[in-house]
Amino acid sequence: MSTLNSIRDTFFEECEDLMADLADGLAKMQSGTTDPETVNAVFRAVHSVKGGAGAFNLTELVAFSHQFETVLDELRADRLKLQPELMFTLLRSADHLSVLIEAARDGVDVDTAVTQNSASALRVWLKPDSDTPAAPTSAAESFSFAPVTVDFAAFEPVVDLPSAPAITYYHIFFQPTATLFSNGHEPALLFADLARLGTLSSVIDLGDLPAWEEFDTTVPFIKWTLKLASTAAVDQVRAVFEFVDGLCKLDISTSSDPIAELSHPIETPPPAPQPSSLREAAVAPPAPIAEKPSAAAKPTLASSQMADQHGPKPTLRVELDRVDRLINAVGELIINQAMIAQRVNELPVTTDTEVVTYVEDYRLLARDIQEAVMAIRAQPVKPLFQRMSRIVREAADATGKSAQLLAFGEEIEVDKTVIERLADPLTHMIRNAVDHGLESPEDRIKAGKEACGTIRLSAAHRSGRVIISIKDDGAGLNRPKILKIAKEKGLIPQDADLVEADIDSLLFQPGFSTAQKVSNLSGRGVGLDVVRTAVMALGGRVAISSVPGQGTEFTISLPLTLAVMDGMVVSVRGQTMIAPISSIVETIRPSTSEVHNVGPSSKYLSIRGEFIPIVDVASSLGIAPTTTPSEPPLLLLVESENQSQCALIVDEVHDQRQVVIKGLEHNYRSVQGVSAATVLGNGQIALILDLDAIAFQRIPPEMPTEPSLLSHGG
Amino acid sequence: MTIKVLAIDDSRTIRSLVRKVMEDAGFHCVCAEDGVEGVNRFAEESPDIVITDINMPNMDGFGVINTIRGGTTNRMVPILVLTTESADHLKAKAREAGATGWIVKPFDDDTIVSLVRRVTGARG
Repeated sequence: MSTLNSIRDTFFEECEDLMADLADGLAKMQSGTTDPETVNAVFRAVHSVKGGAGAFNLTELVAFSHQFETVLDELRADRLKLQPELMFTLLRSADHLSVLIEAARDGVDVDTAVTQNSASALRVWLKPDSDTPAAPTSAAESFSFAPVTVDFAAFEPVVDLPSAPAITYYHIFFQPTATLFSNGHEPALLFADLARLGTLSSVIDLGDLPAWEEFDTTVPFIKWTLKLASTAAVDQVRAVFEFVDGLCKLDISTSSDPIAELSHPIETPPPAPQPSSLREAAVAPPAPIAEKPSAAAKPTLASSQMADQHGPKPTLRVELDRVDRLINAVGELIINQAMIAQRVNELPVTTDTEVVTYVEDYRLLARDIQEAVMAIRAQPVKPLFQRMSRIVREAADATGKSAQLLAFGEEIEVDKTVIERLADPLTHMIRNAVDHGLESPEDRIKAGKEACGTIRLSAAHRSGRVIISIKDDGAGLNRPKILKIAKEKGLIPQDADLVEADIDSLLFQPGFSTAQKVSNLSGRGVGLDVVRTAVMALGGRVAISSVPGQGTEFTISLPLTLAVMDGMVVSVRGQTMIAPISSIVETIRPSTSEVHNVGPSSKYLSIRGEFIPIVDVASSLGIAPTTTPSEPPLLLLVESENQSQCALIVDEVHDQRQVVIKGLEHNYRSVQGVSAATVLGNGQIALILDLDAIAFQRIPPEMPTEPSLLSHGG
Repeated sequence: MTIKVLAIDDSRTIRSLVRKVMEDAGFHCVCAEDGVEGVNRFAEESPDIVITDINMPNMDGFGVINTIRGGTTNRMVPILVLTTESADHLKAKAREAGATGWIVKPFDDDTIVSLVRRVTGARG
């Protein structure tokens, strides 16, 4: 059973791939590519879902995919022309197919009315006389995939029937053609099947055998007359010859008189006895059989393989557990490498000794291994993005808007876990973009835009991180309204006067929702704060930018991997900490004249004509100042997604190295300002700083400032 | 002698199922994901029987049959076609192409095993 279960899992895994192929093909068709291979690929995807579903008795899935496939088949055969309405139906059907697959996987029921609606929408495209003869009323009826048409049950030994059935005597004449042999049949096997039905005797007629000189090995000369005494029905006897129908002369007659048949035992010797070896040669297929592959056969096959080089690269499916074990081991390896490197550095040796070289080689190797291992977990964002076009369609439907999704950078690869955990926040943001971002078609036309709104979903690599952007071409954020609501809800004081960026970030405040009425889409009581929490849990950040009348863009920035990162080892008041290098633009030790005090506690760095706020990492984390920071301070210049900068005070910068990320949540709890921890080469544990939180996600100045982030963590 | 089965199907699910059923029946089973890989595996493995899907990328089941039947090696091997339709014209088409027989999906284990035994002459 466990094998079957695992095949069932395989089926659903495969369905994911098939649905991706389907979405892919439909997208191509939508953009005007209707070449046979594209349509065929779409057909095949649905067809394979049906095939697999049948194996697991998923009748609803089989019925619907059959209906879907039938329409695609019409399209494939050019009996149906692709038109926008049909394209729409196909996209919807693909959506519903996913729903059915997911329901089948999770063992949930799908509203049959919905399935029937979807099936009806497909059936509209079929001429009444095509497809099913019975003019069914529902998809389920139209395709009864009855529990297996047992074409060959007849060949099983006949089971005893309750009342002893009468024996029938069959008289069978059988003369094979050459094609029967070339199709891989063997008369002896057919006879064996007959013998299973009852008592069989046979007479070989070799009368047509030519003289030795005229013998042609490609032509069969033998005829058989067979007598079968059996309780089997004539259909069962005919069924033996099902596959060879048309490949032989066959005549089956019956009699119920045993005497008439059996009193003339057909032991008559063949009229023209032949050497037995020759007889076998005539019965045997007219060509050499079962040869081992010859060298001559290879070239054609090799060339067809060459033609296939454009196909998908070979892949290997591995349980995620195994990969994770490997990743863990590599993490330990890197820590171990760091420890060795540190010990070697402490040895009284000069830097040009062999040991130092080997340790450096070890470091590079460990890094290669780590990158290779991380690449195993990396997956393209394409399937995730493809799912979003369905979300856009659903959201547009529910809100009465018209919207399309354009996806870019689908090939960008991200850690599998990141992709999985990004699905929900991304879905939420896409819904938001349609629901809140886009205007109604009427308003869009008034504003001089196309009635159909566009959501651009893109992925890109930027400085060691993955940037995912969701950009709509809607009305943009209504900042006065956001401000008003925030004040009404008491999120900010009545007299607060915020800059645009601060207003925008109010959207991420818990409990904030600007929806006029609660739609069943985005207004579910969860706001963008949930999105931000989810993204931050992945070590990511969300930024927002908006231009009135032109739209809103959400940018999610994510680490490439959740396991290892490049860090800068710094000390902050005697504590060793890691600053992620990807966040750091540069390190600066400014001259005293470049640091300006603004008020009692605020400092600004004046550099290259810009004023950059300075934040003390130690006081942000609530570390008691046992020592005073050096003057002028050492600064890490960091930049946020929206290009604003901040300078962070640390005491010392020691080293740059790769660190293995060890989550704090599992072992301790989440701490604001700290994203994770790591083990250093000397075995010491160091916290990994969340520079972005320290630098940019300070509590708005209007809010009472909390004295210590550390004490309020969790 | 263990019967060696070559299963050609672009669906991983069907491949796994065929393999399981064949292996449960004591046969040896090798698989290929499409027609081109199928005929290459055929040349390498010299199977006793081929079970192939019809609708596949790169080369379809008819292409597989044509290639095998038109080749010089082991060309009269039994070839069973997996189809989802039991329509007569498809059977006729398969037979015309040179298929030995066909299996209607979804198949049950006993059917396919007895069919394989039947066309290969394996005892069971």
